[in-house]
Amino acid sequence: MNRLLLFIPLVIFALMGLVFWVGLGIEDKTSLPSPLIGKPFPEFELGVVEDGRTLTTKDLQGRPALVNVWATWCPTCKAEHAFLNELAEQGIRIIGINYKDDVMKARDWLKAYGNPYAYNLSDPQGKLGLELGVYGAPETFLIDSEGIIRGKHIGDLNPVVWESLGKQFGEMQ
Amino acid sequence: MKHCLWLLCLIALPSWSVIDGHKYPFQDPEDAARFEQLAEDLRCPKCQNQNLADSNAPVAADLRDKVYELMQEGKSDDEVVTYLVDRYGDFVRYKPPFRLDTLLLWGGPALLLLFGILLLALLRRQQAQPVAELSAEERARLEALKSSLDEENK
Repeated sequence: MNRLLLFIPLVIFALMGLVFWVGLGIEDKTSLPSPLIGKPFPEFELGVVEDGRTLTTKDLQGRPALVNVWATWCPTCKAEHAFLNELAEQGIRIIGINYKDDVMKARDWLKAYGNPYAYNLSDPQGKLGLELGVYGAPETFLIDSEGIIRGKHIGDLNPVVWESLGKQFGEMQ
Repeated sequence: MKHCLWLLCLIALPSWSVIDGHKYPFQDPEDAARFEQLAEDLRCPKCQNQNLADSNAPVAADLRDKVYELMQEGKSDDEVVTYLVDRYGDFVRYKPPFRLDTLLLWGGPALLLLFGILLLALLRRQQAQPVAELSAEERARLEALKSSLDEENK
């Protein structure tokens, strides 16, 4: 009995080691959980990159959509662009937020690489980005037909990510 | 009197808080100190372990500007922190809130300490137990060993 007690510290050490090993391995340090999930899309009134008309939060409602935050200065946005084009061809509604960018550069980009977006909101100062808790482009939000945020993905969209995200999106339709 | 006037001039000067080359002017030095404290206490979401004051990431600059703007609107420290937590999550705070899912985080150290004390008490009690008396036979053997040792040492 006495001898067995001596092993208690070793057992504790092993247990803690296991907890930390698993815990630190799981944690994805680059993507933080968003507190906005389940909340309505923040209020905005912004110009559209393509034609300059002004849109508000109400215009997002009606159909589920992906809201993709991008910029021409963001290399990963370029990497995911071809996949966004594919999704748009499948009939998925994608709304762009041109984040801390220049409208002219954004227009050139869309001309050069194709435009998968229903429209792009111009957010040159990143004000809407701040409301959305954006800290690095690209980020993609899933919103339902009521304009409620249902999901968020940080980083590029690609077929692997879309496997789970697309399923969630399909359920919202 | 002249000295007093000089001192008054100093008080009337607006305060500046400078972070990463950006100037944030404040009328009240107390507000400047509050601003610096907030920038110290809030974590930059893009960086793993830098606060808003230390980080030169663009998003940290945006958040500093926002903190400044909210302070100019007369928001309290708590309101500023809540504003950022509502958008960026608890990650922006270095001090996690006390909630059901953070119970282990807050209570864990105390729990471990309690466990350690209990374990120590248990071990001490076992050690304190009196050792059984020697039997007559064992005592005789002990005496024999002692005397043989004495012989050798002589």
